[in-house]
Order: sequence, then C-alpha cells, then structure tokens
Amino acid sequence: MTEVGAAAPGESRGDGGVPGPAPRTPVRSPLSDGAWHRLHPLTPLLRGGLYLVVVIGFVVANLRERLIELFLPTFADLPPGEVPPDPVDFLLSHNLVLIAVVLALVVLAILLGAFRLSWGFHTFRIGSDDVEVRSGVLFRTHRRAPLDRVQGVNLTRPLLARLLGMAKLEVVGAGLDANVRLEYLSTREADAVRGDILRLASGRRLAEATAPLAVQGSRVRQAADAVGSGLQGLVDGEDLSDVAPDSIVRIPFGRLVASRLLSGSTLVLLALLIGIVVTATFSTFWVLFSVVPAFLGFGAYYVRSVGRGLRYSVAPTLDGVRVTFGLFTTVSEILPPGRVHAIEVRQPVLWRPFGWWSISVNRLSGKGATESQADQLAAVLPIGTRVDVERVLHLLAPALSPAEWSAVFRDGILGPVPDDPYMTTPLRARLVRPLSWRRNGVLLTRSALFLRRGWLSRSLSVVPLARLQSIGVRQGPLARAMRTAAVTAHVIAGPVQTSIGAIDRDDAVTLFSSTAAAAVDAAAGDRSHRWAG
Amino acid sequence: MTNTPGPPEPVPSRSADADAPDRPVSAGGAGASVPPPNPDGGDAARAVRDEGTFSRVLEPRSQGRLPLGDGTWHQLARAYVWVQLISLGALFVGVAVVAVALQVVLRVQWQWIPAAVILLVTAAAMAITPRQARSFGYQLRRDDLVFRRGILWQRVVAVPYGRMQLVDITHGPLDRGFGIAQLKLVTAAASTGVVIPGLTQAAAEQVRDTLIEVAESRRTGL
Repeated sequence: MTEVGAAAPGESRGDGGVPGPAPRTPVRSPLSDGAWHRLHPLTPLLRGGLYLVVVIGFVVANLRERLIELFLPTFADLPPGEVPPDPVDFLLSHNLVLIAVVLALVVLAILLGAFRLSWGFHTFRIGSDDVEVRSGVLFRTHRRAPLDRVQGVNLTRPLLARLLGMAKLEVVGAGLDANVRLEYLSTREADAVRGDILRLASGRRLAEATAPLAVQGSRVRQAADAVGSGLQGLVDGEDLSDVAPDSIVRIPFGRLVASRLLSGSTLVLLALLIGIVVTATFSTFWVLFSVVPAFLGFGAYYVRSVGRGLRYSVAPTLDGVRVTFGLFTTVSEILPPGRVHAIEVRQPVLWRPFGWWSISVNRLSGKGATESQADQLAAVLPIGTRVDVERVLHLLAPALSPAEWSAVFRDGILGPVPDDPYMTTPLRARLVRPLSWRRNGVLLTRSALFLRRGWLSRSLSVVPLARLQSIGVRQGPLARAMRTAAVTAHVIAGPVQTSIGAIDRDDAVTLFSSTAAAAVDAAAGDRSHRWAG
Repeated sequence: MTNTPGPPEPVPSRSADADAPDRPVSAGGAGASVPPPNPDGGDAARAVRDEGTFSRVLEPRSQGRLPLGDGTWHQLARAYVWVQLISLGALFVGVAVVAVALQVVLRVQWQWIPAAVILLVTAAAMAITPRQARSFGYQLRRDDLVFRRGILWQRVVAVPYGRMQLVDITHGPLDRGFGIAQLKLVTAAASTGVVIPGLTQAAAEQVRDTLIEVAESRRTGL
C-alpha cells in the first residue's frame, strides 16, 4: 500500500490542528489507506448494464414496427390490416442469422468494453484530510471533499444492489450538489469505509492496526460470495458490522400505520371525498369516477410513507447519530455531531390523543437543486412517544444542559406552565394569535434558541446557537400598532420553521441583541467540525 | 508563530493567529485569544464610509417601531436615490411611450391595462425611493454586522462575521456613472438576505476588505 495521503496537496488548509505529517490514522478498510482504489467490479452492471438490458427489451417489444420502418423502409408501405413481418422471421427467412448474431455480439462487446473502461477510470481515494473521486474517460472530473466539512455519510442499498451485496456510499458535503458518491462498494467494505471516513473526519487518532487484507479470490468467486452474503443479509436483516448499537426507539407497525392514517393528508382526502360526493349528488354524476384515482394516489402515498418508516432505527454511534430505515431500499445515514442546524418537534392535532410526536431536522443534504427526490432523512423520527422524543433529542442536541432540558419538555413541548420562562405574545396582541397566544413564545438559553408555537397542533423548534447563521427581527405596520415584532433565526434551508411572530417589541429587541451576542460566543467555542479532537 | 512542520503552507504569516481560535487544542479558549481590532476602524476608515451618504436614519413615526439602538449607523450614498430615480423613470417613460405608440399606430386599447399597472407601481416606487433610501443602515460592530432597512416594513439583521461565506460587489453601468455599488453578504442560510444597495465604490471596497479580514480571523464551521 502506498502512502500518498500525507502528501496530499489539500494539506495547506491550516485547519483542524493536524500537527504536521502525523502518522496516518490506522484505518480498518484496505480501501481507505490513502491510495487510489477502484469501485466494486460489478458496479457497471448496477449503474448501467441492467438498465441497458431493460431499455433494449423495451425498445424491441414496443417499437418493433417503428424499428422496421426505420431500418427496412420496404415494409413500411404495407397494405392496411396486414401485420408487418416479425424481424426474427425476416432474419430466418433471409439467412441473416449469423450476421445478426455477430452484430449483436460486437455491440455487446463494445458496450462491455466501454463499461469496463469507464470503471477502470473511476477511482477514489480517502486521505486523512479529504475524499476524492476521479471519473470519466474523455471528460475527466475530479472531485475532492474536505473531511472537516463532511455533513454526514449515507449508505444506501437499493433492492438489486442488496441482492448482490453492494451498497452506495455518499459523503454529504456542504453546498448544492456537493456530495461525493462512491457507488458501488460491497456492503462490508462500504460500512468499513464509512467508519474510516467518519473516524478520519472526527480528528480522532486511534492506535488500531490496519485490518489485515482479505484474501482476494477470482472475480467470479468474489461475485458468488457477494451474492451469497447478500442473500444471507436479506434474511438476517441488518448487517452493519462496524458498530451495531441497538436502536433507541422502536416503532410498532400498528402505530406507524395509524400515525400515517391520522396525518393531515387524511383530512385532505376526507375533504376531497366529501367534495366529490356532494358534487356528484347535486350536479354532475360522472365526478364520482374521480374517486378511484384519488384513492389510488393516496393509497400509494400511504404505502410509500409506511414503507419508509419500516425497520426504522435511531442509534448513537461514536461518530454521531445513525438513522436507518426502509424495507426494500435500506438507507442508513450517520449524522456527525454539530451537523444539525435546527430541530423541530411537532404534533399534528390528530396525534394529540395518543401523545405522539415527530422530529424533523434541518441539515445540509448536499443535494443539487435539480434533484427532485425529497430529503427523506429530514424526518429523523417519523413517529414516537414522548420517551422516544426525549431519547432522540438527547442524541441530536447533546450540548443542552439539564436546565435547558426542562425548557424543552416541561415548558416547550407541553407548556405553557405557571412559571413560564418563555417570552410570549402580550395580551394586547392576542387577536393575531387567538388560540395560541399563551403558548406562542421564544426562549434563549446559553446554547440554543427555543421557539414554541401552536395550540391545536403544537410544535417546538430548537436552534443550536453554534449553528445559527444570522438573526433577524422585523415589524410591519400592524405589528407596530400593537408594539410587537417577529424574530427569525436564519439557518440553512429545511423543513423546520424558525420564525416566531407577535412577540413584545422590547422583548424582541432584547432577544435580538442577546441572541446575536450569544451566537458569536457559541460559534467561537464550537469545535464540532473535528468532533473528537 | 506556531507554524506547523511538514508540508509547506503557502499562507501569509497572518494565519498563525488567524487560525489559532480554530484549533481544537485551544478548546473553550475563545476568549483567551487577543481581541481583534475594531472592525469599524478609525476615523479615516469611517470617513471613507460616510463620504456623500445620508446623515440620519429615517424611522417610522409610531412609538412601537424597532428602535435604532446605540452605535453609529453608516448609510447609503445620496447618489443612490438618483440612480434609482433615473432607472425607474426610464422604465416609466419607456412603458408610457410604448403604450401611447400602440394607441396611435395600431389603434389598440388593451395595452393600457398592463401598462397602467406598471406605471402605477413605478410611480409609487419613485415616490417612496428618497425616503426608503434613508432607512437603510449598517453597523460594523465588534463581532457582527447589523443591517437595517425599511420604514413601513422594518427589518434588522445581525450577521456574525464568522458566518459570512462570501461578499459580493456588483455595479451596473448607471451605478458606475454615479460611482456607487451594491454589496451583498452571503451566509449558508438563504434567508439572511443582507443586500446593501447603494454604497460609494470606495466605501463598498473598504467594507468588503474589512469584512473579509475580520471573517478570516473569526472563521468558524458551518
């Protein structure tokens, strides 16, 4: 193994307190030793090969006539009603079988060669300061992600890749389309590499010996092993070998289904149904037929959202919170400390009798603006009881002191309480918060800003000051007439609402200046970009 | 100079103390580092920023307004009003001319609906511009930049220097003619939205250099 990492040109970023050419952190996986490596040999198959086969099959099946028209125009002007000849019949009848087979083989060989070539050019390197990926044959791309800015590491295993024992590794960077993807690696490798990346990013220097290299067999042997262990993994369920701590929450299937059925979309569905039925009764009967697509759409939505919550686990690891979910496509993300920019605990009104809550976070997902897939992991806890919520919050916001925890639970989530520490809406402004004016409030503690909202459907946002980007206060004419103002904590974009209105003007101004000062202090004392340093 | 051995670091000597608060070794020692100089600078720096600007931040009359607080506010250049009036006026005249031309040449009427909307909005914007320009203000405090704007809708934002990702200066041809520029601060949060539209070019460059300098000395993670 060559030692390249220590001489990496990215070394001059004087951060993280690396004392010069330190001895390389011992890593567990032979892939993360700082030299260039290739991805798993079956990668081309998963990335493009199978799609190609599917596409060819689809094209042949559907566009047969078009193809004939295109390539054999003599058959295009057939008399109407006559079925155009099958291309296979045509080949057989004209003794062109050999040529056709040879042609197909040549095309296949070229494609395989191209895939093999592109696989050969796709290499990655995990150094002590960054992760790099080089790819492309004609147009080379070279992407490097500094490890101290890693926002998380995702391990995704689509169903097919799972069968082959492979996984996608995605190093989440800060910024739009800033992720570094390593697809595909064998599951075992991917997990070890993830552990290594996080360990390197944490700045921790373990005195562990490098794991002995696995005995490498032939390609076929490897593939067979991979399929075997993949099938075994499918039977066993989870097979993350690095650290396998127990999940701190368990979501019973019944509760998951019930929570999805009791979500706000059910109300929409009911309203829609009533609307359709009423319309059908009074005027146009045919509107009734639109019930079917509505049901289908909502049914698909329910199935999807339930499937997402299946086999769900949240677990603490040395390098942050590990969230795993998914039945067929399993996703497992590790969120290192200090990468959570805002947390929101929310309770839709229908969940209230059951005491259920959900938690979502704002974090950098590194996805491009054009990537349409929703950020699934923003919902860190899809459904949980109060105990679950407490456990998960303790993981997500470890910096909160015991005094601040009472601000979370006693006052924030369930409040208001008689000796309420929150700044709430003054009596004169209760018209703009007719139901929630007692609850609508904000509290600044040493390490976080708490925003409490809503009376029917309650929510509490927690913004760690060390992650606060800026703080704003604003006031429109109506608020000015009532001497109130709105305070907004500016954090990176996400589902969490970080703004609160109808706060007394003087309170808001005091809060603004004290938050600004506290945010500066918190940021100066923050060490989480190298969390184990 | 606590220079690190090993690979040569092509960084200026400033990096020694600039990076000091960034090192995990000095955990919790944020206050221990030497306090950096006042970003607002001396009288000379302030004179550059306050050259040709307004002298008083305009506020709403109501007593319920957001107060100015203490500290001196720097304001926009007076030329900004002229730039705004000229560009809005050009739009106004252009739309009016097109609408009248359509009426005279093609004898159509419908264009007056969109044209009237545009003309009204532009006229309103021209009417409020002189007052609105006086409501902008910014302060370079010790650890953060405070920005305020608006009379009817007031907005005050405090951005810690360490959170700035980049500082952007733009100026169009008309801006250049009047010697002003727009300065924009970008943080990781899109909602920060601090845009100072009409600084004199000297002031804009001076603020930018100051911001970059202090941001470097207080660099933090995201």
